[in-house]
Amino acid sequence: MGDISPFQFQVVAALIFMIGVVGVLTRRNIIVMFMCIELMLNAANLSLVAFSREVGDDQGQIFAFMVMVVAAVEVAVGLAIIISLVRNRDTVNIEDASQMKW
Amino acid sequence: MRTGLFWIFSVAALAGSVGVVANVRNPINSALNLVVTMLALAGLYVLLEAQFVGLIQVMVYAGAIVVLFLFVIMLLNLRGSGTTGAEVQPLVKIAGTAVVAISSFFLIRVLSTGRAPWPDVDASYGTTREIGEALYTDYALAVQVAGVLLLAGILAAVVLAKKKLD
Amino acid sequence: MATSTVVVALFIFALVVLVFAPIMTWVERKQSALMQDRIGANRASIGGIKALGLIHPLADVIKMITKEDTMPTGAHPFIHLISPFIAVTPAMISFAVIPYGGTYDLWGAHFTLCVADLDYGVLYLFAIGSIATYGSMLAGWAGNNNYGMLGSIRVSAQMISYEVALGVTVIGLFMIFGTLRLTEMGVLQEQTFRVFGFLEYLGWVAPGTRWLDWFTLPMWGIVLQPLPFFMFLTALMAENKRAPFDTPEGESEIVAGYFIEYSGMKFGLYMMGEWIEVVVISALLAAMFLGGWTLPWLPEKTLIAALIPAFGANIANLMAMLLAVGVFLGKVVGLIFFQMLVRWSMPRFRYDQVMNLGWKILLPLSLANIVLTAVGILLVKEVTGT
Repeated sequence: MGDISPFQFQVVAALIFMIGVVGVLTRRNIIVMFMCIELMLNAANLSLVAFSREVGDDQGQIFAFMVMVVAAVEVAVGLAIIISLVRNRDTVNIEDASQMKW
Repeated sequence: MRTGLFWIFSVAALAGSVGVVANVRNPINSALNLVVTMLALAGLYVLLEAQFVGLIQVMVYAGAIVVLFLFVIMLLNLRGSGTTGAEVQPLVKIAGTAVVAISSFFLIRVLSTGRAPWPDVDASYGTTREIGEALYTDYALAVQVAGVLLLAGILAAVVLAKKKLD
Repeated sequence: MATSTVVVALFIFALVVLVFAPIMTWVERKQSALMQDRIGANRASIGGIKALGLIHPLADVIKMITKEDTMPTGAHPFIHLISPFIAVTPAMISFAVIPYGGTYDLWGAHFTLCVADLDYGVLYLFAIGSIATYGSMLAGWAGNNNYGMLGSIRVSAQMISYEVALGVTVIGLFMIFGTLRLTEMGVLQEQTFRVFGFLEYLGWVAPGTRWLDWFTLPMWGIVLQPLPFFMFLTALMAENKRAPFDTPEGESEIVAGYFIEYSGMKFGLYMMGEWIEVVVISALLAAMFLGGWTLPWLPEKTLIAALIPAFGANIANLMAMLLAVGVFLGKVVGLIFFQMLVRWSMPRFRYDQVMNLGWKILLPLSLANIVLTAVGILLVKEVTGT
């Protein structure tokens, strides 16, 4: 595969994951935070697929596939929670949904 | 050509994910940047000869999950509705970014040790038939569990999003 | 990339985009006129030549391009600009995996009449189709218009819903053919099977009875899976958002739905995308359910072998190729005609009826079809002993 080493794919995955972490830490819009979680899941997927190719075994791809299933479920439930949050509180700011903190 | 494609897709994926985080004006812009990231990642999967996973990535993430995000944003009509005020102090942002930058530096240092070149794989690697056979023989239980999980997710979403249950 | 691939790609692009799409406007006008007992488009002329109204597409293009291109205040300029292109591109690149014929040897060149003969051909089409959602849903949002917003909410819900039905309906077909590659599907559909062959297995008829061979049917998708053919057609037409599934643009309720704020060629691009998708749908159905480029009861190899003594190998191959393309295009034209027939005879569904049809009828029926197909495959394996 040309002069691209497996390492470079891992770096891309690590960087995307870190951008996702920054997003979750710094953004307070709950929808954007949710998107950042998706970014982190995707970065993990890229890492898995790259490792899978590096080993020459397709187990990693199946793992990535399962991660996608879980992500789909998570999005369905999470967006439903966001909808009911906006209905009840009229806000997408995560700071306003802090009743469970104490 | 593969090298060029790798750079195009990686830069697109990284730029898209930065766009998701950095867009404070409107969640729709974040969602669109997320689409770019998803499509670029699908391209990277195809480069890694995981065509099936790449296609599923396009279908599930770009075609369904981000559409759901956009759908919810449109449904709630969040069109620039004061979400900018919802953001945290710049100091926290800088601190968070610094922590993440340092940890990603260490992560890359760890990853960069002892990398072998690509092994040769046969033509069936990553094809639909290969993945399908593995899924329905070795991983049949995982598929069943995933199905149950999807059912639970559907039920939970309906219960949560419905205004009142009949 | 081989040069033959480029030639085939250019040929297909020229054929489909430059010929089919404009002619579709003419077909739509003329067929609706025929069905409503009118004359239809016949005014545009170049120097008195009217050519049955075939000049109208040209007049349309000139009108669209020279119209004022407006952008409403408060619109998101960039998204408003790119949405029509997102809508029309998936329709165009779908043609990459459609096979127009089998594999031929012409004067030393060996090529397949398919631009990208992908291992996951049908999945590629589904993935591309799911991208097309963005073109419509962003358009309604970007225009800063409430009707547009309603249209884009409707379009996203409708397209996500029907994508599920779309994928599940054809699983039975994939189980029978065991491949997602459209060229392989075409080759498999050349085979025939004996309708009453099972009588032999049951012992009601002596083995080797002559009359069993007289009643054969081609292994076309529509023969093996008749109900999924119609369900797949329905789901595809709903994905394409044309009448009777045009609730997202329902003129009488929400003016024009998601493309309400578009004018000129941008509006034209949406129309063009829909028309090209009609052709894609027809080509996909022809390739998957109607035997693709093959003629029933006449395998291509037999045809070529029969022609070789008279014309020589090259000419025989060329003739077979032209016949295959002709047969395929004939099937496509027939399906386009059928879709237009549906479009001009059915009233628009109500929005909840569209959703009910997708989730409560198509999805359960297609799930039942998967189970039935699995049982059928096991029975056939039992009978034939393979």
